[in-house]
Amino acid sequence: MVPLSWYLIFAAALFSIGLFGVLARRNAVAILLGVELMLNSVNVNLAAFWRYGDVTNIAGQVFAIIVFAVAAAEVSVGLALVISIYRQRNTVIADDIDMLKF
Amino acid sequence: MTLFAALRVVTTGNLVHAALWLIATLFGIAVTFAILNASFLAVVQVVVYIGAISILFIFAVMLTRKEMRDRGPQMNRNWWFGALLAAITFVGLVLLLYGWNGVSKTASVYPSDFDAVGALGNALISPDAYVLPFEVASVLLVAALIGAVYVAFNPRSGDSSK
Repeated sequence: MVPLSWYLIFAAALFSIGLFGVLARRNAVAILLGVELMLNSVNVNLAAFWRYGDVTNIAGQVFAIIVFAVAAAEVSVGLALVISIYRQRNTVIADDIDMLKF
Repeated sequence: MTLFAALRVVTTGNLVHAALWLIATLFGIAVTFAILNASFLAVVQVVVYIGAISILFIFAVMLTRKEMRDRGPQMNRNWWFGALLAAITFVGLVLLLYGWNGVSKTASVYPSDFDAVGALGNALISPDAYVLPFEVASVLLVAALIGAVYVAFNPRSGDSSK
């Protein structure tokens, strides 16, 4: 059985890659892909702490399920916004979306 | 391998390829869940993420595709700053982890008579456990989906789809 640190470092690397994606990509859909990576790394951490802590305490898995639900809500609203902006402005480049009202 | 796939998600030029690499990454994470004995999480990962969210991403990519067809830079001007910040975050997290004395802990033997899926189900519906967060999460999901339909709804449907 591998030590806990492997999972934590794996999750940290995944989180950093997602952070880079959020900060560096120009396309709004790609930014949402980065957000998904970050949420998934958090879930890996939750599952790892559940497994390496007290297994009978199921709170870690419950929290991961709720993170799943929030991630699904976030991505549906985010993609709906992107599609709506694309209809109005004909762009998905985050730099070009610079008006609140038009 | 999962990390390589994740790296391709944020660096590849073609957005459809990025979405497909995201599926590979999510599958790797599902395998990680299975290794961690979290069988329900692995199944939910495959069904919800790979089955639903990835398809949603691919739909969104195809609906917004005309502009970003492999043309122009995919990164913004400050991509090096983003890379620097991500590297600093990673190094900081690793240093923080190694400052903590529980980091090299190994797992206890998984109790063979423990039914994790049953315990999870009981915890989600029992009033003295997590029924309230569960209900709040479901209401949030319904509200988000109705909001998404409302936001993405095109009142001039049919004629303005190009």
